[in-house]
Amino acid sequence: MNFKSILSVTGQFLLLVTIQILFLKNLALFGVAYCFIYVLGILLLPISIRPIPLLIISFLVGLTVDVFYDTLGMHASAVTFLAFIRSFWLKAVSPSGGYDDNDRPDLKSQSFGWFLSYAFPLIFLFSLVFFTIDFWGSGKWLNVLNKSFFSSIFTLVLAIIVQLLFFKRRRVI
Amino acid sequence: MLRIFQFLYNLRAFILFIILEVVAVWLIVSNNSPQGAAFFNSSSRLIGSVLETQSDVSDFLSLDEANEILVNENAQLIEQLDHAYNQADSMYVPMDSTFEVTFAVKGARVISNSLRFSQNHLTLNKGEKHGLKPGMGIFNQQGVVGRIKSVSENYAVGISLLNTDLLLSAKILSSDVFGSVQWGGGDSKKARLLYVPRHVQASAGDSVVTSGFNAIFPQGIPVGIISSVTPSTDNPNYLDIELDLLTDFSKVSYVYLIENTQLPELDSLYNQAEIPNEF
Repeated sequence: MNFKSILSVTGQFLLLVTIQILFLKNLALFGVAYCFIYVLGILLLPISIRPIPLLIISFLVGLTVDVFYDTLGMHASAVTFLAFIRSFWLKAVSPSGGYDDNDRPDLKSQSFGWFLSYAFPLIFLFSLVFFTIDFWGSGKWLNVLNKSFFSSIFTLVLAIIVQLLFFKRRRVI
Repeated sequence: MLRIFQFLYNLRAFILFIILEVVAVWLIVSNNSPQGAAFFNSSSRLIGSVLETQSDVSDFLSLDEANEILVNENAQLIEQLDHAYNQADSMYVPMDSTFEVTFAVKGARVISNSLRFSQNHLTLNKGEKHGLKPGMGIFNQQGVVGRIKSVSENYAVGISLLNTDLLLSAKILSSDVFGSVQWGGGDSKKARLLYVPRHVQASAGDSVVTSGFNAIFPQGIPVGIISSVTPSTDNPNYLDIELDLLTDFSKVSYVYLIENTQLPELDSLYNQAEIPNEF
């Protein structure tokens, strides 16, 4: 990663986390669909990033969201889990011929179908971990599944819209 | 030995993952007990100021409603004031300390609030500097809101009544039977009144108010209205009582804080008698 891409990734994180804590904190469609758009920042990190920095970045981002949500540790543990399984999932869904060196797992450089199969299971697992912690000990597993499913759909839809609207199309040389 | 190190080195990502998760779980556990260490939370200065700016904007948009509520409340207070003054032709005799005011009330603004999780919190724009202490009760003109968990210099974090960890001592107004109000974790407008024995006559429409037994709230602050009464399915000795909460938690913006000024005396009494008193 060169300096410019580090800068753009940092900016992206700042923007997503700001939107998350200012606008999406108390938003829940029909009481079940939450939006965790800041997760998109982790999903869009370059494929070639090493696992150690990836884990540390996600933990810190999760902790930042946590202090604003007053849910200390919940986002952090869920998003660290997401970062940990991301590399395995990337291997599992790799297209035939593998990835190029500076491929990014986003909608512009990959196909729509690939992005869905990459992002949806990861976001779903993230939500599942998050709501499991939130409802720990209450035994309302149906509630957990319900909330995770609809939240992951909502987050995914918003993640796609954000990418379509605000990300510059890569110029094909 | 070298092989062991090599093995550990190959597993470094997994080990880091485990360490980070353990840290996260430790944070969750140590911060979720009601009086637990509150270190990283929204009462810190930087985070508090961000939340305050956010609420400045959103409160501006609901000023109309806030004004209306304040006017109504002023009207009620003026009405009460009429009886409070001594008439010119009456004599004033001070009573003994039994009737002294034991509760001090302060005001604050809510700058951040959540209601969709199972452990909800709220952040207030006043802190230690303004005389807030952990354990004070929070209510507004509609009813009980919660209890303060921790304070920093300028901000305070409270546990909302919408928190599955909070038990509030309350009673049914018509029969004076007391129980504990607990939120079930689902709908932000409903809660349950626990530990009411089966012989009690309670019916839908009865109001539930604070009991004054736990020394946070004085007696008689509204909590909710009973919506249904059924015999409990898990424990046949108790009733299952559902409440509609009177406080609209999605619109809580200005709150009052109440402190029992005789709490230290009560506390030392409880200590002497060896009764555990959770604020």
